[in-house]
Amino acid sequence: MDKRLINWFKFASPQAFYPLAGRMMPWFWAAAAVFGIAGLYVGFLVAPTDAQQGEGYRIIFLHVPASWMSMFIYLVMAFWAGLGLAFNFRLSGMMATALAPTGALFAFLSLWTGALWGKPMWGAWWVWDARLTSELILLFLYVGFIALQSAIDDPRRADRAGAILALVGVVNVPIIYFSVKWWNTLHQGSSVSLTKSPSMAMIMLWGMLLCALACWMYAIAVALMRVRTIILERERHTEWVRIELSSKE
Amino acid sequence: MFWNSFSEFLAMGNHGVYVWGSVGVMMIAMIVEPVLLIRGHKSLVARLKRQLRADRRTLSQG
Amino acid sequence: MLKLVRAIISRDLRLAMRRRTDIVSALFFFIIVVSLFPLGVGPEPELLRKLAPGVLWVAALLATMLSLPRLFADDQRDGTLEQLALAPQPLGLIVLGKVLAHWLVSGLPLALLAPVLGLQFDLSNDALWVLACSLLIGTPALSGIGAIGAALTLGVRGGGVLLSLLVLPLYIPVLIFGAGAVDATVTGLGAQAHLSLLAALTLGGVFFAPWPTAAALRIALE
Repeated sequence: MDKRLINWFKFASPQAFYPLAGRMMPWFWAAAAVFGIAGLYVGFLVAPTDAQQGEGYRIIFLHVPASWMSMFIYLVMAFWAGLGLAFNFRLSGMMATALAPTGALFAFLSLWTGALWGKPMWGAWWVWDARLTSELILLFLYVGFIALQSAIDDPRRADRAGAILALVGVVNVPIIYFSVKWWNTLHQGSSVSLTKSPSMAMIMLWGMLLCALACWMYAIAVALMRVRTIILERERHTEWVRIELSSKE
Repeated sequence: MFWNSFSEFLAMGNHGVYVWGSVGVMMIAMIVEPVLLIRGHKSLVARLKRQLRADRRTLSQG
Repeated sequence: MLKLVRAIISRDLRLAMRRRTDIVSALFFFIIVVSLFPLGVGPEPELLRKLAPGVLWVAALLATMLSLPRLFADDQRDGTLEQLALAPQPLGLIVLGKVLAHWLVSGLPLALLAPVLGLQFDLSNDALWVLACSLLIGTPALSGIGAIGAALTLGVRGGGVLLSLLVLPLYIPVLIFGAGAVDATVTGLGAQAHLSLLAALTLGGVFFAPWPTAAALRIALE
């Protein structure tokens, strides 16, 4: 137990995490590729046509994982941010910063695929459905977080200000979702729901899970890549970065 | 295998534009993001190395 | 505790009275934005009645944003904020006082003015009454949530625009229930449920928001 705790703190320092992240990255890339190929194979080649939605339903193999990831990454980001705020770990703030652009990308992809799904199903690119609207607001929250962090020059202050914003956002997301849902039911929302197809065949569920796993692995790999760049940038004046750089020459 | 022919696969029952539009953009995004990150990392490493060399030179001269 | 909050409120009000033009400008911004809509969409009473709740509430959100950047900026410039942060009293309470003072000079005038503007939109007496009530109940939450954004962007370049980017998404629930209350009155449903939820948001906003605001201020002051 003790030893594990020590190891944890060892990797909590940017200096130790930098090479570790470099070693882990290829594994996550490989996992993302394997899951991605398997998921797309199941989703696009094996899964049968949906009785109600035709072939267009195959978009949900991309849309649902993207939406899940955009929400999940926000939670993880807020978790790292809160950890950094509470215990002053330098690495946690960097992780939160590294996750934000990927989360925003997934939120955008979720909106994009949602629009392309909506056009054939609802006959409109955009419908003020509770889920789509919440996703749009989530994208706004990501944009706010990124904008705030990039406007503050001092990285320590950027980390901590971003952390407060992320935590406030996390508290607000359920309130926003509830209010949007309330608003949507009052204003007669569309009758077709995005994920609640009456009978989701087992094979479809598998395809979706595999794609979601692929997105998850991708997000980790990309976040590790980005955090390595952030670590180098912020620690550029330290001795270990000098050694690291000269060893590669 | 579910499909009878490749063209049927591409057509996606008249939803081809929407399905492949989603797949395409998602693929492009998931390729462009890592490529940009790799390029950013490389340029940062190059910049830091240049700085390091410049620092050494001024040190050895001074 | 109450004495501290009251002292902060009366101090901020005195300061605000010295720059009355700011308050008046924000009010006129509200009036102008609201008056632009009929010019943009046409004067059909039917359409205007439908638009009124949303237009008035969105304009109120924007007018609140105008005064937010100065919530802490003046105090920071003359060093008062640092003094307040060093004071033995919890900074959250001080922030609470400043939030309430901000509401008194920004939200309250909006709520009092809104029924007059509602007349331009051909709202019924009931709807005008609910509009004023919803703004009265909802605007304190705007000041509370806005204070978090104001503290986070204190002394940051491009603060004003950034502030709206951070705060406006968080205002969405207030907008939905506030405009929804008026809308429900217009369409003949009761506004009760909307107003109670709005009150809950305001209580939450006013009493919880000062603490993250205080934390953000400490970060900004370091």
